[in-house]
This record gives sequence, structure tokens and C-alpha cells, in this order.
Amino acid sequence: MMDLVLDVLSWVCLLGGAIFLLIGAIGVLRFPDFYTRLHAVSICDTLGAGLVLVGLMLQGGLSLVTVKLLLIFYFMIFTGPTAVHALAEAALQSKLKPLVDDREP
Amino acid sequence: MEHLIDIVLLGLLMITGFAIVRMRSLLAVAMLTSIYSLLSASLFVVLDAVDVALTEAAIGAGISTILILATVALTSDEEKAPRHTPLLPLVVVIATGAALIYGTLDMPHYGDPTAPVHRHVAPTYLHDTPGEIGVPNVVTSVLASYRGYDTLGEVTVIFTAGIGVLALLGYRTRRRNSQGPGNRKLVVLRVIAKLFFPLILLFALYVLFHGDYGPGGGFQAGVIFATGFILYALAFGLGNAQRIIPHQLLRIMAAVGVLIYAAVGIESMLLGGKFLEYRVLADDPVTGQHLGIMLIELGVGITVVAVMLIIYYGFVSRLHSGDM
Repeated sequence: MMDLVLDVLSWVCLLGGAIFLLIGAIGVLRFPDFYTRLHAVSICDTLGAGLVLVGLMLQGGLSLVTVKLLLIFYFMIFTGPTAVHALAEAALQSKLKPLVDDREP
Repeated sequence: MEHLIDIVLLGLLMITGFAIVRMRSLLAVAMLTSIYSLLSASLFVVLDAVDVALTEAAIGAGISTILILATVALTSDEEKAPRHTPLLPLVVVIATGAALIYGTLDMPHYGDPTAPVHRHVAPTYLHDTPGEIGVPNVVTSVLASYRGYDTLGEVTVIFTAGIGVLALLGYRTRRRNSQGPGNRKLVVLRVIAKLFFPLILLFALYVLFHGDYGPGGGFQAGVIFATGFILYALAFGLGNAQRIIPHQLLRIMAAVGVLIYAAVGIESMLLGGKFLEYRVLADDPVTGQHLGIMLIELGVGITVVAVMLIIYYGFVSRLHSGDM
């Protein structure tokens, strides 16, 4: 019973992660300008990869593999947003204007 | 299942290759080359060549991307339009490719156990490593002990490359050390860099000294160590990084690494063995092998760190904006 619950949970996480990765990829292709695309990419890095890693951890159970996955998770959760933030900051510094909607509401 | 992974990876490699050829923006090409290296590293993992994968990921996807980006920053980030039609090069490339594919027809099938490569010296190495060297990772025993001469040659090549870059680019001392752009803007990057800098160095040391047991060794460790310092230099400015490892020290380190390696060889000659015959280094042959491998890996690591940072400093000290 416990195994089944864990399995279902892990697959929910894996599929959820895959969906978020897909959404991120579509976003990168479809969004109009650099900053909005960054927004899409950051979903891949954190939610997408994070959920996939959690799913794999549930598959791994209490083992060394899970510890390693936990470390990867930790590194991803820190480096991904930092990289995206640094990219956005660099773009702002090189005077790339964000796309704004000027129409009156 | 494994075939599926192979096909996906090889397909992605091909797509990346075509994209690299088609792109005109060299900045994008630099990032694509990095992706290409990461894909090849994954392919090496699938092929169970974890040591090579680690090297490819650290060097191909890590350091060389930074160096290519530095080159692009120094020159131009747009590829010039070709002045002549690419017809003749296309013919040459197709002819060479066809000749290479024709050459592979005679090669044994992939994974064929009777292939010459599996029957020559490989069985001896696999069979003798546990008794003679006592190292679980056969790659390390082949690289550092059985094929010690080759590795010495490789380290010398890296050392020579470092000297070449020094001779070509030199090193410019700037009058004022730039601290990088707008300090407040980099707060997030700096906090995270500070958090990860010691971890990266620790991991490099782990890869260096755990090379006997797991994948890794001097080359990978050196490159990982160097990336740690490059991350530091990116976040805190070149001046601060040089306060930790000055350029003069790097030049000495590059030579010291090669010297350690060669000195281990000469020491084993003085103790009555052959050049790089580690088993005479200690009373027990296996302990001697361990000691020798450890020392030469250390030498390799020191040279690789020094040369990578020399190249990086050489490039970046020429960037006048000083924020890289």
C-alpha cells in the first residue's frame, strides 16, 4: 500500500515537472521579448527540474541516490534563479528596454 | 530504452551542430557549443565512460565556454559574411565525410567483444589492476600508472599551451583594479557566489583525491578548481581574485605541477626502478603505486589550475571594461 502511494506521488511529481518544462519551453518560443522569455526559462529551472527531482527522490527511497538528488535539488534551487536574475540584470545594464503595453486600459 | 536515449542524444547533437553552422551571432554559437559539450558528456555517461564525461562537462561545457565568450568579447560578436560561395568547401567536406564513413565500414561493430581494442592490452590492465595497483577505478590506474608516460606528455602539452597563451596575449597589469560594475546590482550574484565558492573548491579536492575510487583525477579537479576561481572573479572582479591567486604565483604553479610529475619519475629511477615505476617508492609495491598516483595527480591538478587561470587572466586583463 505504502509503495503504491509513493509510486503514484512520484509519478504525479514527474509528470508535473514534465508539464512545467513543456510550458517553459513553449514560453521561450512564444513570448515576445527577452524578459518575458526569462520568466518562462526560470519555470523550467525551478519548478520543472525541481518536481522531476522530487519525483526521482520518491522513487529512490531512503538511499544514497536520494541524498545525491537532494544535493542536486539544492544546487538547482540556488543557481537557477541566480543565473536568471544575473541575466536580467545584465540585460537591464546594457539598456535593453522591457516591452510595455502602452495602450490605455 | 537505452537505444531511445542514444537516438535522442545523437539527434540533439545533430540539431545543435546544424544550428551552430547556421548561426551568425557568435555569442549564440558559443552557448550552443556549450550545449553540444553537455550533450556529448551525457552520451559518454550512457557509454559508461564517466571519467571522460566529467572531463567533457568540466572543460567543454564549463571552461572553454567562458574562454570563447571572453574571445568574443575581445573581438566581434558577429560572424562576417563569407566572401566566396561555400560550394568548394562543401564538396571538400562531403568528400572527407564520405571517406571517413567508408573507413568505418571495415571497423568492428560497436560493442563487438572480439574487436582488437578489447583484445590488445585492455584485458591485461583489467586483470592486473587489482593485484598490482589496488585501485578500484581502472581508468585511473591506466591513465596514471600503466600509461604514465602519455599523461606526462599531456601535462607538458597543457603547460606548453599556457606558455603559448602567455606569449601571445601577455598579461596587462591595470592601473586601477576594477571592482566590477555597480556593486549594489551584483548583491544576489555575490551572495550566491560566496556560498558556492568553497563548495566548488571542496568538490574539486574530492574529485582529485577520490580519483582512485570514483571517476575523476587531476585534470577534472584542476578544471573544477579553476571554474571556482573564475566564478569568484566574475562576481567580485578580477582584482579581488588576483588578491587570492596572483598572476606571478600562477606562472610558478604551472611549472611546479609538471616538475612534481617528472620528479616522481626521477625519484623512482633514483630508488632503482624505471622512470615512473611507482612500486619502488614505498616498501610495499601497492602502497608505492598509491603514493605515485596521488603525487602525479596532484602535479597534474596544479598545472591544470594554473594554466586555465593564466589563460583566463590573459583574456580578461585585456578587456578594458573590466567587468568580466
